[in-house]
Amino acid sequence: MGDHHHGPAKGLSRWLFTTNHKDIGTMYLWFSFAMFILGGTFAMIIRAELFQPGLQLVEPAFFNQMTTLHGLVMVFGAIMPSFVGLANWLIPMMIGAPDMALPRMNNWSFWILPPTFLLLASTLFMEGGAPAAGWTFYAPLSTTYAGPSVTFFIFCIHVLGLSSIMGSINIIATVMNMRAPGMTYMKMPLFVWTWLITAFLLVAVMPVLAGCVTMMLMDVHFGTSFFSAAGGGDPVLFQHVFWFFGHPEVYIIILPAFGVISQIIPAFSRKPLFGYDSMVYATASIAFLSFIVWAHHMYTVGMPVAGELFFMYATMLIAVPTGVKVFNWVTTMWRGSLSFETPMLFSIGFLVLFTIGGFTGLMLSIAPADFQYHDTYFVVAHFHYVMVAGAVFSMSAAIYFWLPKWCGRMYNETMGKTHFWISFIGFNLAFFPQHFVGLAGMPRRIPDYALQFADFNMLSSIGAFIYGLSQILFLYNVIATIVAGKPVSDPKVWDGAEGLEWTIPTPAPYHTFETPPKIDPAHAHS
Amino acid sequence: MIRFSDNPTTDTAAKLVAVAALMFAFVFVVMVPLYNVLCDALGINGKTSGEAYTSVQAGVDESRLVSVQFVATNNEGMPWEFGPSTTVMKVHPGAVNETVFLARNPLPKAMIAQAIPSISPARAVAYFHKTECFCFNQQPLDGGAAAELPLQYIVDRDLPADIHTITLSYTIFDVTDMTSGAVATR
Repeated sequence: MGDHHHGPAKGLSRWLFTTNHKDIGTMYLWFSFAMFILGGTFAMIIRAELFQPGLQLVEPAFFNQMTTLHGLVMVFGAIMPSFVGLANWLIPMMIGAPDMALPRMNNWSFWILPPTFLLLASTLFMEGGAPAAGWTFYAPLSTTYAGPSVTFFIFCIHVLGLSSIMGSINIIATVMNMRAPGMTYMKMPLFVWTWLITAFLLVAVMPVLAGCVTMMLMDVHFGTSFFSAAGGGDPVLFQHVFWFFGHPEVYIIILPAFGVISQIIPAFSRKPLFGYDSMVYATASIAFLSFIVWAHHMYTVGMPVAGELFFMYATMLIAVPTGVKVFNWVTTMWRGSLSFETPMLFSIGFLVLFTIGGFTGLMLSIAPADFQYHDTYFVVAHFHYVMVAGAVFSMSAAIYFWLPKWCGRMYNETMGKTHFWISFIGFNLAFFPQHFVGLAGMPRRIPDYALQFADFNMLSSIGAFIYGLSQILFLYNVIATIVAGKPVSDPKVWDGAEGLEWTIPTPAPYHTFETPPKIDPAHAHS
Repeated sequence: MIRFSDNPTTDTAAKLVAVAALMFAFVFVVMVPLYNVLCDALGINGKTSGEAYTSVQAGVDESRLVSVQFVATNNEGMPWEFGPSTTVMKVHPGAVNETVFLARNPLPKAMIAQAIPSISPARAVAYFHKTECFCFNQQPLDGGAAAELPLQYIVDRDLPADIHTITLSYTIFDVTDMTSGAVATR
């Protein structure tokens, strides 16, 4: 690293040893897309089995492994790393820093991921099969009744947690110490703000998940009884510890998506974001509230009424800052000079569908009503509206928005819009009917179901196949753009885009902001 | 504010590592003990005290009768024949009552069992005192052997007036394989 002006190294070693935030961001994004395809394949197997009532394709035990791995791979392999990749690419460019604060650790936090998921996927071929207790792996299903692969699973969770914590430490250290002179906290782009808060959530709760699986490990191998009633423990304790991690975790997934949407909607409305300050405070409030609502996932375990009421009201409170955000996005678009390029389409799709997911979340927060919804397809529909139409749609928007900046080539707009509309229709066809079958009593995580659910399930499966196939179009569009897209050289790419990342040349050079940029003190946040 | 390093980046990173380590410790040092304390204190899950009750009662309330029902369940894979000798007792609050549960090990090998109690309604937990219970200890039985497992209890005189029936349920677990380590007694 003696030379000052050097490009990337050649060959494989460039990627193995790189400490460049753009290289690492790229690897995160490609890796997460590969995991998205893997997790999607598991989903296709699930939907194929559920296409008709009765058992057609797979054994129930294998079906359980599919639901479990689908959840784990999508949450820990696809969504979380994709946003870390985005953070790597964008945070230094948005705050005027030359790179991440801890570049070598950055390399590590990426490179421990692929072997871990290889290990997790390999459990499919082990005796007894892959973990099958659901992505929430409740004890004693995941302890007393688990196959030998549970030990590999626990190790995987430990390493994934380590990777997330290292990535978060890096992001916090970068944002706190490497902002360009004049880039005050309240001038940071909202994507940086949401990631800063997300990173704090990760540092706080990934160790709790590590503690949780450590207790599982000790119960399985070392004779302790944390979750075993026979030895004086309690399986319900598992649910408390898991959801103390799990609820902040769902905000870890969605907050960076909020940040992305807050960058894209102003760009295509040609107006500054409405209510920047309130956006920051709303994000912080959501993060705080995420720590005191966990037991709304477990209303049916037999909590005292006072507990049910506390968690119900605290959960409903989250609708307030979230409502502030939705209001601000809509108000940003109000009387804006709107145009509907693919990133904007995905952002508006996010806005509409995420709000539906938010409303069903509000329904689920009502403790007495939740006794009907609990563990049904209504819950499945709810969290796919926030996870897929929330996190994944915003990720698609982000790729279309920043890809031309990254590679200096424009994607095919027609193909992008086609991708959006097929995704939008496929997604809604897949998940909207699940609200109905859920309310009618179809439980989640079952390979077979009662006959009256047959039509809606068939629609659901067709929608899921459409949504799954539309991602092939996305992949093709991205590769075609990188290889042979129409060159763009305008630093701004989009005429309404604001922010430091749009001041550097297009495509973004390998090294940026080696001397800090000048921030206009009069200029508001970007 | 504590500083771990003069380099601000190293300092931030070190502090965050400390936070992560503290959160890991928080699970074991705070969450698990706190959960157990709260469950015991509030009677959540119907958990009764794991220790014998020793304080003296003020006297028997002859004016009131409370039904105490007994339920026994075998946990999955537990082959013992296990059940109460009598399913319902009508008792006066304040009186010391005794009953036995019957257990038989039908297998030819020696086994060890642990019974876990649960009381319904949960509000009654604080008013149901056991002075002696087979659930305080693990119960070994030789192959083919049977035993009478004693239970001695007092229903508190302060039991809320609207509670007329208390159900005491025991689930019996096979802990033969777990007894090599130190196992919590309850």
